[in-house]
Amino acid sequence: MTRLSNAFAKPHPALVCFLTAGDGDTAANLDALVAGGADVIELGMPFTDPMADGPAIQEANLRSLSKGTTTRDVLLIANEFRDRHPDVPLVLMGYANPMIVRGPEWFAAEAKGAGVDGVICVDIPPEEDPELGPALRAQGIDLIRLATPTTDAARLPAVLDGSSGFLYYVSVAGITGMQQAAVDSIEANVSRIKQSTDIPVAVGFGVRTPEQAAEIAKVSDGVVVGSALVELVGKHGEDAPAKILELTSALAEAVHSARG
Amino acid sequence: MNTQANSFRTQPDERGHFGQYGGRYVAETLMPLILDLEKAYDEAKADPAFHAQFDDLLEHYVGRPSPLYFAERLTEALGGAQIWFKRDELNHTGAHKINNCVGQILLAMRMGKTRIIAETGAGQHGVATATVCARFGLPCTIFMGATDVSRQQPNVFRMKLLGAEVVPVTSGAATLKDAMNEALRHWVAHVHDTFYIIGTAAGPHPYPELVRDFQSVIGKEARAQMLSRTGRLPDLLVAAIGGGSNAIGLFHPFLDDPEVKMLGVEAAGHGLDKEHAASLAGGVPGVLHGNKTYLLQDEDGQITEAHSISAGLDYPGIGPEHAWLKDIGRVDYTSVTDDEALEAFQLLCRTEGIIPALEPSHAIAAVAKKARELPDDAIILANLCGRGDKDIFTVADALGVEM
Ligand SMILES: Cc1ncc(COP(=O)(O)O)c(C=O)c1O
Repeated sequence: MTRLSNAFAKPHPALVCFLTAGDGDTAANLDALVAGGADVIELGMPFTDPMADGPAIQEANLRSLSKGTTTRDVLLIANEFRDRHPDVPLVLMGYANPMIVRGPEWFAAEAKGAGVDGVICVDIPPEEDPELGPALRAQGIDLIRLATPTTDAARLPAVLDGSSGFLYYVSVAGITGMQQAAVDSIEANVSRIKQSTDIPVAVGFGVRTPEQAAEIAKVSDGVVVGSALVELVGKHGEDAPAKILELTSALAEAVHSARG
Repeated sequence: MNTQANSFRTQPDERGHFGQYGGRYVAETLMPLILDLEKAYDEAKADPAFHAQFDDLLEHYVGRPSPLYFAERLTEALGGAQIWFKRDELNHTGAHKINNCVGQILLAMRMGKTRIIAETGAGQHGVATATVCARFGLPCTIFMGATDVSRQQPNVFRMKLLGAEVVPVTSGAATLKDAMNEALRHWVAHVHDTFYIIGTAAGPHPYPELVRDFQSVIGKEARAQMLSRTGRLPDLLVAAIGGGSNAIGLFHPFLDDPEVKMLGVEAAGHGLDKEHAASLAGGVPGVLHGNKTYLLQDEDGQITEAHSISAGLDYPGIGPEHAWLKDIGRVDYTSVTDDEALEAFQLLCRTEGIIPALEPSHAIAAVAKKARELPDDAIILANLCGRGDKDIFTVADALGVEM
């Protein structure tokens, strides 16, 4: 069992929470996610050109970079998180260029050393897997791929091939922070995906409230919340941890009790 | 070995790679669209009716073939090789960009798409896109960095006259790179009805290939015109490079002519040791906007801002085929500063009565250096890929002239 598979083996759906590394007091904000009941942490690696992100996460990327956050800093944040929370799964999420610029082997080894369990890379589809996948797999790091409403039955096997940890189902064709898709379309897509794979399926993009999260938790293995948390960092700065704790607790309660 | 294996004209491979460059580095949401586009383009390529429609529009709407012109007074002024220009600045809308837009909108309509988006820097590609959208009655949204919107007002107004919606992009430095990010974001959210007309030979496969193919009309015409006028091929081709579409359009049909040398000219901005836009000279390979290529970036892979006086060259990347041609040594690449381009701009105005755009002014500056090094009977052919009407305000400003 890995930390990630443990998180999805709990008797309830998992709450997956995203924050951008280097934005605000990241360590304190991450601790608030854990204290609030997050089951999996996604740590965003800031990038100058976050092409799949809406305004909230774009701004978080810029706030972080303008403070001078480097890849070393991101790995250090991960490493310190691992020391404080030995059992909470940690996933790095970001774009290809910062991950491959020193070679994928360098990145995979450093991520492993920092206690990272999985990596989500937005702009490396299965077609370009050799760029990153083999290096991660060689280190035993899960490559978590995205499936979307445009991933049809013909493509799904390619997406699943080489995926591990969990599959991230992006509920809307769009960028982060957009409106959530209708729950019945999510349910249909998740059950279609689950017919083809045993790995857990978590659903994200557009989930903001405990009510929405509960609805999705009923039909999936996990719920991902990002922009709503990132906005709290932007809005509350130093006071963000308390606000993050509050929202995460409400989300966790909703997700964990969704199936009664 | 057969000749095919020795050809420089068989790239990309079936995965869209030019050597190690190119590829399809896009979010999963876009991947099925890119695959659809590839299929549609393969079918169009094999369809004589598609070619007939493309050729007809280029002839009667764009005004092709563009002339091949011997620049006698410039040649005299420089004192060296003969200088010839491929006059793509005479095209409808004033630049080579329209060649590509005609091809892509025909493709969009074949695919049943009902609306068009595009990014633009200087506004030339935006104007060309808005033009073909008006011609075919498709709604069109152009993403343009807010900085560029304010420094390219005439083109913004042109696009609006043509019926396009112009969306100013305020993220990042609010220039071309950010406009492209925003166009990609918009596309992800409008996948079913929208076609993205990319303006240069970059982006995810099959864009670098199809933009090159549409722009290759430049080189095909020039090759035939040169043979019929002089009975031989040129010694040196020169073209400016933003993303590389006019350059690859000129170069590609000549790549297998070993006697023809080629020179791509990047923008050195304030100088290669300062702010510039020369991704081959000052960048390293990386991934951005769907392709792997040379990029201006720091050691962490963060993309750095480009600078050029020419908004059309102000981009931190370059099309992947150029990255490959540089590595294998088939094409040479050099760079020219803002000041050198301004000087070349004025030189062409005065010697030939042609006001060039600032982009080809970079090529002309490189031509001026090369002409002096070559014998009188050598032939240099440069791509005059745009006219300078759009740039007179920028030039006046740089020369300290009040208008
Ligand atoms: C006249 C002209 N030339 C060149 C360029 C640079 O693009 P490319 O390198 O794709 O030809 C532009 C871009 O706007 C342009 O307007």
